Amino acid sequence: MDALDHALEAPQGASLPLSMSRSIPETQLRRQHLYDLVFRNVTRIFAFLVLALLIGILISLLIGSWPALKAFGPGFLVSHEWNPVTEKFGALVPIFGTLVTSFIALLIGIPVSFGIAVFLTELSPLWLRRPIGTAIELLAAIPSIIYGMWGLFVFAPVFGDHVQPWMIEHLGPVWLIGPLFKGAPQGIGMLTAGIILAIMVVPFIASVMRDVFEVVPAMLKESAYAVGATTWEVVWNVVLPYTKIGVVGGILLGLGRALGETMAVTFVIGNANRMGTSLFAPGTSIASALANEFTEAVGGLYTSALIELGLILFLITFVVLALSKILLYRLAKREGTRT
Amino acid sequence: MSTTALYRRRRIANFVYLGISLLTVLFGLFWLVWILWTLFAQGLGAINLTMFTQTTPPPGSAGGLANAIFGSLLMSLLATLIGTPVGILAGTYVAEYGRRGWLAPATRFINDILLSAPSIVIGLFVYAVYVANIKHFSGWAGTFALALIVIPVVLKTTENMLRLVPDTMREAAAALGAPQWIVISSVTLRAARSGIMTGILLAVARISGETAPLLFTALNNQFWSTNMDAPMANLPVVIFQFAMSPYEDWQTLAWGGALLITLTVLALNIVARVVFAQKSSNS
Repeated sequence: MDALDHALEAPQGASLPLSMSRSIPETQLRRQHLYDLVFRNVTRIFAFLVLALLIGILISLLIGSWPALKAFGPGFLVSHEWNPVTEKFGALVPIFGTLVTSFIALLIGIPVSFGIAVFLTELSPLWLRRPIGTAIELLAAIPSIIYGMWGLFVFAPVFGDHVQPWMIEHLGPVWLIGPLFKGAPQGIGMLTAGIILAIMVVPFIASVMRDVFEVVPAMLKESAYAVGATTWEVVWNVVLPYTKIGVVGGILLGLGRALGETMAVTFVIGNANRMGTSLFAPGTSIASALANEFTEAVGGLYTSALIELGLILFLITFVVLALSKILLYRLAKREGTRT
Repeated sequence: MSTTALYRRRRIANFVYLGISLLTVLFGLFWLVWILWTLFAQGLGAINLTMFTQTTPPPGSAGGLANAIFGSLLMSLLATLIGTPVGILAGTYVAEYGRRGWLAPATRFINDILLSAPSIVIGLFVYAVYVANIKHFSGWAGTFALALIVIPVVLKTTENMLRLVPDTMREAAAALGAPQWIVISSVTLRAARSGIMTGILLAVARISGETAPLLFTALNNQFWSTNMDAPMANLPVVIFQFAMSPYEDWQTLAWGGALLITLTVLALNIVARVVFAQKSSNS
């Protein structure tokens, strides 16, 4: 308040009606005008800085990956070779691993998030909403390295000893999806990474879904209830169609998170540059390859190939997240309220 | 007859789907409980005084995490000090001056993307522009990487909180003759203070568990070091290294560190919520 008091008192400390009739000294006005200009432009520079950061990331990654870009060209994207000794690098396997684990994460994460959002907006008694909502959000607060450790030491052994043998026995012979569930039950692997990613993206997707479900006008829901719809029918036929853009936005946000998740995946994916049909097999993702190999990479081309992997990851997540934001803005604009 | 059957079918469908919805909530809570339980079961035994007083040991001997705890605290503190003003000022521009023009919407959009961008890419960026030039890993590099993660979080909350300040307050201050910079610094930012504080706490919580951006920047240091220009030990990377090692002593220490980090992060999150809830109930 000091600054405000000072500014208000500045035009000679007379009582208000008097000072209003008296003109404010020209220098005082000019000084304040200058301060305004400085303040405005300083904040503007920092806003620019955020834009520059994005451009800086892109440029620095491009420069860093230039040797690899020159050496391998577009073939980098479709080559499955990754051999530091012969300096032949291709991104197909890490890209494949990234996409497969993220796909598994969404396959599990979407229905779970939807159920949680429905519970929080339509079912839960009011007093329970906050504690449960907070608990789910805390899942997002747990650092990813903790997910990784827990996944490797606790979840993977249980999963490998009890769940995977069951899957091999019951899902293995099934037509079409059978090959996905073949191989040795090692605990770690692509499927484990996908499941842990699912747990990690649920809070993000659920929180967006809950937010968009809450903007559905009460009148629409009440009208549906008034003609005799059940709660589920209201959710499925009124709430979901009304909010579908936002729901897709939330799913894409979760996808963006899953694609770039590093530590949790690094612990449990198995880190093998292999590509096969079995989800139980160890694999690698872009982020886990970076985390594992970057500090040990010797030779310019090796480092450069890894930076190119980072560039690919950044571009993919950028597109996914940009799409997510555009959809969410569109819903918000239609709503005319929250962002 | 058929109407009753239809009615019953709809009732049952409703019951089943809502039951599934309840199950998904239990599914979510199940993992939270399991992870926390594991952390306490494995980590509580490792937390003792030596963990805070001794430095990280070579394999096979006793030691603590003192240098890693110190490094994490120092880098998080400096990163917050660097990132917070940038985030607040940029957020102020977006919220207060951003009603016209292209810069504010563009900044908001890019910031939303940076908020969810893979943190490992931030590490690569700092490596490419800083570490590769000075040719060694350093505490400053880790600090910069973390600061870059703080900025979007603080920017976002600052903007959101400033938008909650009613325009009548701005108009009232302006009507009293206050120049815009005083309106913003002494009225709207002041009104949004506790919300912005929440954002800072959440940012600190976020960076205290971040591992990926530190791998290529601060790396690790086995010894006690206060030199910001040298590789610096930090909890997440030590946990990563120790957990992946075959030595039991190291793994135990990793669990202790993991519990410590998680408790810190959860406490910060809960404090942030309490700060914000108090503010909302007052106004």
